[in-house]
Amino acid sequence: MAYAAAHADHHNPTGIRRWLFSTNHKDIGTLYLIEAIFAGVLGGLFSAAMRAELAEPGVQFFHSAHAFNAIATAHGVIMIFFMIMPALIGGFGNWFVPLMIGAPDMAFPRMNNVSYWFLIAALLLLVISMFVPGDAEGMGFAGGWTIYPPLSSKAGQPGPAMDCVIFALHLAGASSILGAINFITTILNMRAPGMTLHKMPLFVWSILVTAFLLLLALPVLAGAITMLLTDRNFGTTFFDPQGGGDPLLFQHLFWFFGHPEVYILVLPAFGVVSQVISTFSKKPVFGYLGMAYAMVAIGAIGFVVWAHHMYTVGMSFPAQAYFMVATMVIAVPTGIKVFSWIATMWGGSIEFKTPMLWAIGFIFLFTLGGVTGVVLSNAGVDRSLHDTYYVIAHFHYTMSLGATFGIFCAWYYWFPKMTGYLYSEFLGKLHFWLTFVGVNMVFFPQHFLGLSGMPRRYVDYPDAFAGWNMVSSIGAAISTVGLFVFLYAIADAFLKKRKAADNPWGVGATTLEWTVSSPPPFHTFETLPRIK
Amino acid sequence: MLNRIHQTALTAFFVLAGLVPAAAAQRGQPSPWEINFQPAATPIMEFIETFHNWLLVIITLIMVFVTVMLGYCMYAFSAKRNPKPSKVTHNTPLEIVWTVVPVLILVGIAIPSFRLLYDQLTVPKSDLTVKATGTAQWTWTYAYPDNGGFSFDSNMLKDNELKPGQPRLLAVDNELVVPVNKIVRVQVTGEGIIHSWSVPSFGVKIDAVTGRLNETWFKAEHEGIYYGQCSQLCGKNHAYMPIAVRVVSEKDFAAWLDQAKKKYSAVPGLAPGNVASAAETARQ
Repeated sequence: MAYAAAHADHHNPTGIRRWLFSTNHKDIGTLYLIEAIFAGVLGGLFSAAMRAELAEPGVQFFHSAHAFNAIATAHGVIMIFFMIMPALIGGFGNWFVPLMIGAPDMAFPRMNNVSYWFLIAALLLLVISMFVPGDAEGMGFAGGWTIYPPLSSKAGQPGPAMDCVIFALHLAGASSILGAINFITTILNMRAPGMTLHKMPLFVWSILVTAFLLLLALPVLAGAITMLLTDRNFGTTFFDPQGGGDPLLFQHLFWFFGHPEVYILVLPAFGVVSQVISTFSKKPVFGYLGMAYAMVAIGAIGFVVWAHHMYTVGMSFPAQAYFMVATMVIAVPTGIKVFSWIATMWGGSIEFKTPMLWAIGFIFLFTLGGVTGVVLSNAGVDRSLHDTYYVIAHFHYTMSLGATFGIFCAWYYWFPKMTGYLYSEFLGKLHFWLTFVGVNMVFFPQHFLGLSGMPRRYVDYPDAFAGWNMVSSIGAAISTVGLFVFLYAIADAFLKKRKAADNPWGVGATTLEWTVSSPPPFHTFETLPRIK
Repeated sequence: MLNRIHQTALTAFFVLAGLVPAAAAQRGQPSPWEINFQPAATPIMEFIETFHNWLLVIITLIMVFVTVMLGYCMYAFSAKRNPKPSKVTHNTPLEIVWTVVPVLILVGIAIPSFRLLYDQLTVPKSDLTVKATGTAQWTWTYAYPDNGGFSFDSNMLKDNELKPGQPRLLAVDNELVVPVNKIVRVQVTGEGIIHSWSVPSFGVKIDAVTGRLNETWFKAEHEGIYYGQCSQLCGKNHAYMPIAVRVVSEKDFAAWLDQAKKKYSAVPGLAPGNVASAAETARQ
């Protein structure tokens, strides 16, 4: 009897046992998504605060430049490590990789649990860092998400805020590395019979490539910030020229992690968009193998282009020329992806449901960000654009909006599957249009600002830049309204409880997750499916 | 506020529609509603501008192509117009074309790009060397090693110090002064922190890295004052350490040099920072 109770408990835990000690990939995925929504709202409000400050010249809302820079730094770190990565990899990755390959769960369920709680500890440390002294100017670390020394070393930031940021990144990094090991093992070992690598859905491919990038890039960041930590606290001088070190060493190490990181953010979005385009065009993905290996190529080349973030540090001609060419090469596999998405739509029978709108929005925004990336890859032109708003516009169009549109695309696509409820098409489309118009208004004019020379990370700017900044801030207000529509749409779906079918999308949705119920049972695939 | 938003929206619309030109671009500083580079003042910046215009044509065509294709798919292949989806998933010739054509486009970009990069990074035989040091106090210290090594600090003017016509956040007390049509080599370093020395209309941006000596060059072809701003996050005064270069005729430069040598009387054997404070004393 006691055994039976414990046994049932083990299979269908409730309360703390279900949510705190969770080892179920779907529950952990849900936890990740909740964390990502929380972090996304926080980071989104930070960006709204920055745009409010920048709407007009002069300093109006922030009491100091330090406070502005601290908020800008927190915006970057939160959006990258605590919104995009947890949403796409931890959230949708956990939920749908096992379902899509026909595995009962992740390979290491307990490690999956610790990955998640490391992330929460990291987020807490980051939040704490905002309430402890950074430098003489005030609370929080204000040196940008790139944490370059000497601004982040003891001389630049004597307070404990920077140490908290370092520990937050250590923990977030450990969380991601454990997650990456888990995904690689699951995907390589636990595919259902018949699910060969070349039959895997592209979302699973994207998570596989991303997991390898995480595994190879994050240890380098961990090393760099550990060196920074010992520079700060134990008297080493890795980055201090007075002791024979070099601050540029940090920049090289940081970007060796940082550039693959931007693909870590956007590759899962590629995967999501491929699934959604195919589903709503009712056609298989065009050029499947090319699509899969384009992601592998992007991941591989992504490791050898890092110093294009450093064209102005004083590198030699051969070094800059190399990084320029290597960077341009990435445009080729990226182009293959964009053209293949369009070719997937070509000849299809397209249903314009909300996820499809986000996917098409993604292609447009990502292509726009991609072509400005080609402009920036030219070291000679980057001389004029480096550290200006042109760069802000570029990377928001590609990886930030790209990833965010990918996240919302996945959210609406899998919402009926995860919750068993249908969202409101009207609210979903309203959310899309507000966001699409808003973010284009925010970021398109920033190209103009950057071209005419407005540097980034400025709390105040010369009066000539006022016009486009105002346009940009109006756009931010519009997309903030979109954020609230998103939250309202969630509440609406849970309150109205419109039951979703197992496969609400029809003949186009061919992957395995649509064969289980909505929401799926606590344990799926207790008998493994066979793939023909 | 609402009134301002309304006005902004209208102006932005008319500028983009090309109905109203953005305010006549002023040489050496940004102009309201500008949508492209500041006017070039050096051959390098002219090259950047020409090359960027070429890039702009290419990326606009790509963007138009992708948008038209997306729009066409959305129109012609909607479920309403095309109820029966095709089953085509491969077309090898097409896949080869969309791999090879981008490669060719990139080659067309890379060739002029190498030329530009080479010109930027090869410092010609210079007529004058100046040294810019970004300090931990958010000041630019300028030194003239060819002319006795005197040096002085350049600080942003506060709002109440501005004379009419001087741009806020850009104007400084002591500009870097250089002769027109001469090749000026700029050595740049940082003291304890990283800054970046940048003048948009010269096409110059180079980091002032602590422990390193970087160099760049420019040849300004028009007299006037050219403004730039620190372009590497450096702390609380990052937005308040502009760069201002006054380009004058050779005659005026010689006159300024005479005066400056006296004013900032160089004390031999002192580090630039100390020279600056000596200059401070001399001024009083």
